[in-house]
Amino acid sequence: MKSGARLGLMLLLAPLLLWLILLILIPHVDMFLVSLRERVGVGEYRISLANYLTFFQEPLYLWTFLRTAVMSILATLITLLIAFPVSYFIAKIARGRSRSALFLLCLVPFWVSELVRTFGWMILLRETGIISNLLQWAGLVSGPVEMLYNDAAIMVGLVYTSMLFMVVPLVTTLESLPDEVIEAGYDLGGTNTSVMREIVIPHAAPGIVSGSIVVFMLSLGNYLTPTMLGGKDSLWFTELIYSQFIVRFNWELGAAFGFMLLLLSSLIVWGMLRLTGQTLERTMG
Amino acid sequence: MSFDLECRNLTKRFGGTTAVDDVSFDVPSGSFFSILGPSGCGKTTIMRMIAGFLEPSSGDILIRGKSVLDVSPNKRPVNMVFQHLALFPMMNIAENIGYGLRRQGMAKAQIAVKVDEALDRIGLPGIGTRKIDELSGGQKQRVAIARCMVLEPDVLLLDEPLGALDLKLRERMKVELKALQAAFDTTFVYITHDQSEALVMSDTIAVMNEGRFEQMGSGRDLYYRPASAFVAGFVGDSNRWAGRVERAEGNVMQVRTESGLSMRASAHDRAMGVGDAAQIFVRPEAIRISTAADDLAHFDNHLSGRVTNLLFNGAASRIVVAADAEEIEVNLPQSGEFAALSEGDAVHIGWAGDQGNCFAAGSAP
Amino acid sequence: MIPSIPQPRALRAAYVAYVAVFFILLALPLVVVAAFAFNDSQFPSLPWEGFTWGWFFGSERPMIGAFHERGILRAIGTSAFVAVGVSVLAVAVGLSNAFLFNRYRFRGQGILYIFMLLPLVVPGIVLGISILVFSSRVANGLWDMAQWDVEALRPGLTLVILGQFSFIATIATLVIAARLQKFDRSLEEAAMNLGAGRLVAVRTVTLPYLTPALIGAFVVAFLMSFENFNTTLMLVGSDAPLTIAMFDRLKEGSTPLLNAVSLLLMLGSSLLALVMIAFQRK
Repeated sequence: MKSGARLGLMLLLAPLLLWLILLILIPHVDMFLVSLRERVGVGEYRISLANYLTFFQEPLYLWTFLRTAVMSILATLITLLIAFPVSYFIAKIARGRSRSALFLLCLVPFWVSELVRTFGWMILLRETGIISNLLQWAGLVSGPVEMLYNDAAIMVGLVYTSMLFMVVPLVTTLESLPDEVIEAGYDLGGTNTSVMREIVIPHAAPGIVSGSIVVFMLSLGNYLTPTMLGGKDSLWFTELIYSQFIVRFNWELGAAFGFMLLLLSSLIVWGMLRLTGQTLERTMG
Repeated sequence: MSFDLECRNLTKRFGGTTAVDDVSFDVPSGSFFSILGPSGCGKTTIMRMIAGFLEPSSGDILIRGKSVLDVSPNKRPVNMVFQHLALFPMMNIAENIGYGLRRQGMAKAQIAVKVDEALDRIGLPGIGTRKIDELSGGQKQRVAIARCMVLEPDVLLLDEPLGALDLKLRERMKVELKALQAAFDTTFVYITHDQSEALVMSDTIAVMNEGRFEQMGSGRDLYYRPASAFVAGFVGDSNRWAGRVERAEGNVMQVRTESGLSMRASAHDRAMGVGDAAQIFVRPEAIRISTAADDLAHFDNHLSGRVTNLLFNGAASRIVVAADAEEIEVNLPQSGEFAALSEGDAVHIGWAGDQGNCFAAGSAP
Repeated sequence: MIPSIPQPRALRAAYVAYVAVFFILLALPLVVVAAFAFNDSQFPSLPWEGFTWGWFFGSERPMIGAFHERGILRAIGTSAFVAVGVSVLAVAVGLSNAFLFNRYRFRGQGILYIFMLLPLVVPGIVLGISILVFSSRVANGLWDMAQWDVEALRPGLTLVILGQFSFIATIATLVIAARLQKFDRSLEEAAMNLGAGRLVAVRTVTLPYLTPALIGAFVVAFLMSFENFNTTLMLVGSDAPLTIAMFDRLKEGSTPLLNAVSLLLMLGSSLLALVMIAFQRK
């Protein structure tokens, strides 16, 4: 019996370890090692920090990196601000059938590819697009307006694309807050704002954190939205990685960029967890 | 007598159903008032209207003589101990108790003093920094009460707060709640479906059924002089029969049950006459047992039968006696003289006619 | 604020209006995409030139419909192939992981669990390049050592499947583990008490209980794979899955053909989602 249990453990452990070691651990270690290589001749490499030096010395790279980080944080905040009231409405105000219907309605857009969603915004925002036409028709502007290819368009795309990943964890945590507790808050003299601040938001903290982490990650690692909505000069860090790998074929520098992106995302996720006293298991698992 | 809470012709309709139907009652200051009823009888609706979470369809609610219908729940001088207590899990115990005081804008130092006082009062000094989930069920209970009592409400509402506790603790909390009520000297309005909670703690109990109060009175009144068949059936255990009145002499009714048994019972001043369909309730402890029929000759009702079942339950042990196609539950006397009784033994049972409560059962048999 | 707390009418109205606007904006891009699939024009934009089914069924230039466009059809096939591969792998590994974390206690379990969650917080593009770098290194090594060319290690569908699997497996694990967590172990004990062996008990009692989660995990994995872009972009070879194919076309300038394909995608995924919900209900 004991050896049987042991065998079972081994059998179940094998796929997990194969997956994590072969597809996650070794590739990332390898990527890091490649990022430390410097090409000194044809097929000749040596270990150095040259790629990282390039990253820090080239203002365009560093600027793009910081810009991506700041815009991703901003996108996360905006998504949270927009999603919270809606999630609260679904979880605590809508009842029965209409609650599930609204929740489902939130999910629907995300069953289709991000590409389709982005495409939709392009049709809306571009010079010959719906909104431009609408504004002309209403007489608010005299000629076509280009609303694509700027940071605001990127932000709209990022927020739209990430919305689901904020709404779902928020609705889930808010639903788990009994009405009774909210009523108790009012019964003891609380007002809308104080109940929100002292009861609802602290209760929703795990959902806020996990939603924010996911939205931040998705924004930071997004390639499609900045490229399509931001145009050629959108300066998103993933575009740099792509061009190093696929266009310039400079894998060493690309790997260094990849590692920097990984480092940044890990730092921010870790910081967010620390700041709110949450753990990865609780927020993700 | 001054009243802390008065409800006047309170009615609440949800769509086509009437949850609370024209209910009026007054709760004297400092008393323990319970509303007892089965689930769905409307008692929670009354409580939520008093707390301000529901708006009455009609009627008025007065607290210390002033109507509170236009007062929002966070401004009403009533506080509520919720069914599942609704302690705030994101705060520690002191923060929970101090929550309402913070809302009033009291200074921090003063809140700390008040919270400590409250903790002393409920017998849990020095646990302010602990988390909610570190407390036992009974301790949570007391914290939930303290959280309301620091606000010195005119009326404290309690919504079946003992429901989640296990039996032993529930027994203890009954006594403790009554003591806390006396200590705080505040009006408690308590709702429950558990008759023993209501009987043990309350000064006045209202028995509620289908949106109306069936009877309001002391526990003793409800138990010994139920005003309706519903109250007789709901409060305490009873043997019950349905039958028809064959003879009526003042309050004494001679009733023949559906199975043909004839027995005497009292109408206790309720208007009843020959031919009326009747329901009779006789409490198991009102019935005497004997091995000799002569011992019971002085009772109006006596039967002979056999023991079909022994329900041993310590001091509340019973037997089931089959007699004339009826099964009757009878309490065993606590003296232990029938301890040796076993199934199949022949016994005689009897009870006085005025121990049987007789009600008109409407037109149905 | 909840319905039992009275609120000023204006506040409630404003709140409902906000939520309504949210849902309108949520639906708008998709509605627009769908609507222009029927525009009888070369461009998915105003003016409206009239209604046509041409972008679905047209077979002649300049209006070749989605059902006659080889490249698109092949890309859909490729995507479906990849998605099935990823889903099968992810559900199998996810099931195994769920049992591992639910039924066994071993040293390092907590660490391993956190490690298992990590793929969710690694940007997709980084997952892609790290697998690309590693597989190329192995492929080059094999070639150098034994003149052995392993096609599977070069950018192509195998790598796409592995790359997508590397993070979708985590999601499948979480979906299945969540349901296994709710399973009452005493049911299994009852089965064994009634004469079933341990494995038979799992097969006859536990797995049927898990079925909705397995189907749910499969559908979620399928949809995530179908719409994955970032990881796929770095690992794709000559056979492009649908998202990549559409991306390439979109860069060149769009025709309503893409709207038609998008609408079909929406219908397909809604259908899948409905199937999943129907199964979850059971």
